[in-house]
Amino acid sequence: MATIITVTSGKGGVGKTTTSASIASGLALRGFKTAVIDFDVGLRNLDLIMGCERRVVYDFVNVIQGDANLHQALIKDKHCENLFVLPASQTRDKDALTEEGVENVLKELAHQGFDYVVCDSPAGIEHGAIMALTFADHAIVVTNPEVSSVRDSDRILGILQSKSRRAIEGREPVKEHLLVTRYDPKRAEEGEMLTYTDIQELLRIPLLGVIPESEVVLQASNQGIPAIHQKGTPVAEAYADAIGRFLGETHPLRFVDYEKPGLLKRLFGGK
Amino acid sequence: MSWLSLIFGEKKATASVAKERLQLIIARERAGVAGPDFLPDLQKDLIAVITKYVRINPDDIKVGLEKQGNYEVIEVNIVLPENR
Repeated sequence: MATIITVTSGKGGVGKTTTSASIASGLALRGFKTAVIDFDVGLRNLDLIMGCERRVVYDFVNVIQGDANLHQALIKDKHCENLFVLPASQTRDKDALTEEGVENVLKELAHQGFDYVVCDSPAGIEHGAIMALTFADHAIVVTNPEVSSVRDSDRILGILQSKSRRAIEGREPVKEHLLVTRYDPKRAEEGEMLTYTDIQELLRIPLLGVIPESEVVLQASNQGIPAIHQKGTPVAEAYADAIGRFLGETHPLRFVDYEKPGLLKRLFGGK
Repeated sequence: MSWLSLIFGEKKATASVAKERLQLIIARERAGVAGPDFLPDLQKDLIAVITKYVRINPDDIKVGLEKQGNYEVIEVNIVLPENR
């Protein structure tokens, strides 16, 4: 049975797609056969972040409506052997995602031997977002250290606890993971920004990782290469650590403490 | 902002304000999701019952919902007048 991981947040622009791309790539790099699905019907973007936008022929809705089979619609990733992308439809209505249709696609992926399916949720709490979390086994809640993002994350946690299949059927609840993104250790230390411990205290779910704010994310999306491939950068390593923790390994948190620059560094600049 | 902070570029530590505001709003929204907000009605009924026996001001009864760990606690606070 494939494990279904939903990347969600409620609020837009916090890094859901960036996270979906990097988590899916990271799992594939670990040798797991992984699919990543864009649930944002009408506003697809995962294809751009994954760098496969020119190879989209069929999409998720085509598969649901039987216009194409899954094999035709899945796009093999350029950077990872075991990774496949299922793009969202750009033209259809979001209601084209029927619960039954989504369930069938997920079952078919499991049947084809996928270990993980990463569902990239759209922002908001409407149909597309609900469909993305309905079948979740795990939910990665992406949160920025900022009031509206934290509040929306709490709302989405409430929805997970009431509308997911696991909740409705009274099974073991969806495993929730907090991923704090765009974190600036300096501003947090100076009391200008919520710290990751503040956010964890407010949302009361286990912390999967903290991704530092970084220009690398934009460089990665510019090129269509998921940030986790930007070797040696804090963002890539923070994502790799998060994947390790997801798989049950212990990794100390990195890139969360601010080091005051020494005198020389302050005088002569440099990063 | 004082002239000192203007010179040294001191920034306001606003994160604690953010945290406090979030604690309040999240607690309230969680309570709202859990069920209908019956607290005002409860307060009204309590006032009706208690004024049968003791003469108190409606303002002397405070009903609140508090979260303690995994439990929600309804806190009822009744202030009795000093000389009955």
